[in-house]
Amino acid sequence: MPAFDNPFDPDVRLGAACGCGEHGSQAEHEADSAGDEPASRDAETLNGRVIQSAVMRALFPRDATRRRFLAAVGSSGALAAISSVVPFGALEAMAQDKGSLEKKDLKIGFIPITCATPLIMADPLGFYRKQGLNVTLNKTAGWALIRDKMLNKEHDASHFLSPMPLAISLGLGSAAQAMNVATIQNINGQAITLHVKHKDKRDPKQWKGFKFAVPFDYSMHNFLLRYYVAEHGLDPDTDIQIRVTPPPEMVANLRAGNIDGFLGPDPFNQRAVYDEVGFIHILSKDLWDGHPCCAFGVSDAFIKENPNTFAALYRAVLTSAAMAREARNRPLIAEVISPPNYLNQPVTVVEQVLTGKFADGLGNVKNVPDRADFDPFPWQSMAVWILTQMKRWGYIKGDVDYRQIAEKVFLVADARKHMAELEMKAPARSYARFKVMGKEFDPAKPDAYLASFAIRKAA
Amino acid sequence: MSSRDFWRAAALSLVFLAVLLGVWHLATLPRQQASAANDEYAKLMGKGAKKTEGLPTPAQIGETAWKHLADPFYDRGSNDKGIGIQLAYSLARVGLGYALAILFAVPLGFLIGMSPLMHRALDPFIQVLKPISPLAWMPIALYTIKDSSVSGVFVIFICSVWPMLINTAHGVASVRRDWLNVARTLEVKPLRRAFLVILPAAAPTILTGMRISMGIAWLVIVAAEMLVGGTGIGYFVWNEWNNLNLANVIFAILTIGVVGMALDLAIGRLQKLVTYVD
Repeated sequence: MPAFDNPFDPDVRLGAACGCGEHGSQAEHEADSAGDEPASRDAETLNGRVIQSAVMRALFPRDATRRRFLAAVGSSGALAAISSVVPFGALEAMAQDKGSLEKKDLKIGFIPITCATPLIMADPLGFYRKQGLNVTLNKTAGWALIRDKMLNKEHDASHFLSPMPLAISLGLGSAAQAMNVATIQNINGQAITLHVKHKDKRDPKQWKGFKFAVPFDYSMHNFLLRYYVAEHGLDPDTDIQIRVTPPPEMVANLRAGNIDGFLGPDPFNQRAVYDEVGFIHILSKDLWDGHPCCAFGVSDAFIKENPNTFAALYRAVLTSAAMAREARNRPLIAEVISPPNYLNQPVTVVEQVLTGKFADGLGNVKNVPDRADFDPFPWQSMAVWILTQMKRWGYIKGDVDYRQIAEKVFLVADARKHMAELEMKAPARSYARFKVMGKEFDPAKPDAYLASFAIRKAA
Repeated sequence: MSSRDFWRAAALSLVFLAVLLGVWHLATLPRQQASAANDEYAKLMGKGAKKTEGLPTPAQIGETAWKHLADPFYDRGSNDKGIGIQLAYSLARVGLGYALAILFAVPLGFLIGMSPLMHRALDPFIQVLKPISPLAWMPIALYTIKDSSVSGVFVIFICSVWPMLINTAHGVASVRRDWLNVARTLEVKPLRRAFLVILPAAAPTILTGMRISMGIAWLVIVAAEMLVGGTGIGYFVWNEWNNLNLANVIFAILTIGVVGMALDLAIGRLQKLVTYVD
């Protein structure tokens, strides 16, 4: 039972061997699953232990190092030394979420796109109310404003593009403030849409001089578009033009011919098809299947001041995500998030995005059930990839401590804890390898990955 | 203007309106669409369903307007409120920013108008600050004030302050020398002179400044609300643009025009009250 053992005992092996962390192996866990709950012991001490273990694991990923450290300073000395750096007390307070809510009236900002589906649907479906929260969803005009309203504390929590909390925490494009990705909102669900006049220019090599729109500098859209054209031999900084355009303006600009295409969020790809101005060139799923897009984020300060509220909010959003993952719920979800109060879009457009049965603008009906999905787990490897791309295109200068930033901003521990509460399966690892356009990314070797690209901004 | 002229002008206005609506109607008549090969594809593209293509016809605008005006005060959540409520938000912001601008600009204008020294000292600042587009202040306002609705009010304040300030200063400076000399010979105290001689004399010019300011403020509030979002008629336009619903956008544009005209007429009335014949 590693997680509940004293992590300051040099002879204990840390690291989850089974899903709940209570057992030595998954087999033991299953054998015991009908048995008694750990709550029968002193819950608070155990809670504290879990946190201390998590911190020790994070500080000393290798057991041998931890043992040597403990043997050298003694276990009480170690606790004192580490407590001076890590606020165990605050962390423990955070973990006790069954307590009363510190703040019930919350303001949450969102951009009217299908990426925000879990955040939005929790309102009409009553998931916030069920957690005792009175949430006001504020439709916001653009990503810069989303950032400013979070920095101003006008919004308590917000829909973000997943690279934004990294950028804000690093102080890129704004004053630095510790911001977190609590959950990923959606995976996949974006597309490259081109103007109908480019129907015969399906090879990116023919795109020299094209003007593209992306929603924000610090967006997956920007990084994926750059990646995509660079893989086809175009330098995104010199061969094409990339403009930041709020999503609602993308279709209008495409119609006016100001841009040749965009890598944008849905429903605007589908809306361009519906309005017969564009066609879907490629779904972002075909660039990187399972890529994160938007995130649900809160500031460090909010979590510290309102741990119980944060936990309740977390549960509400996770409940939504769990429901949104089920394909059979998608038509209903399209129905509840389309009215003027939320997306303000025709239901049929939103439904095509969520169900994956859509018109592509070229006269075909496609059926791609995983066009959009809502996996909430904030893989830290995703954060590392984002940071490599930020460095690749010159948004970050100098050396980057990829893991340290990723682990500070992407809250996997909270995700695991709350997903377990709702009986959702959370992966035991925080890093995973994945493929982007067929090229493997190893989160353990970000610098080597970065060096492997021929097209990049000179450092 | 004789009453005959009035009726002739009114008739001509109606003719213009009819021509405008006629051209609009003809230009936006729905075109026959080539039927798609595949029924399922057509359904996904919204064919056959009630889908507006291109600019809406005048009849569609009429229908939209009726729908909004029939129920102007509905409230279906934080992002979906009736047109009446949105207008009220915009008017409140304009009113607040405008009132602050009056409180600031009129006394300062008096000071500048009465003292040539102050005039010369402050002139460079005014000349530099005046031509700045009020929306350019928005990022700084958001950053320093840290509240988007107060920032909106600030932008209204900053855009309405200059015409009032300059006109007040000009009005005060160009009060006839004779009147001031008469006041001096009668040994009128400075405060009394300001309120009983200068203010009435400068009032028409001040009101002109206020009228220009109101026009600008109403122009700017729409842009500011499109930028900041949340509530107001500008937000309404933005939200409907988001949905590419041009009928609603055109309806909102017409509403903005009518309200702007009403505001201008109101101040015009006020201006008539204080005008005098030399």
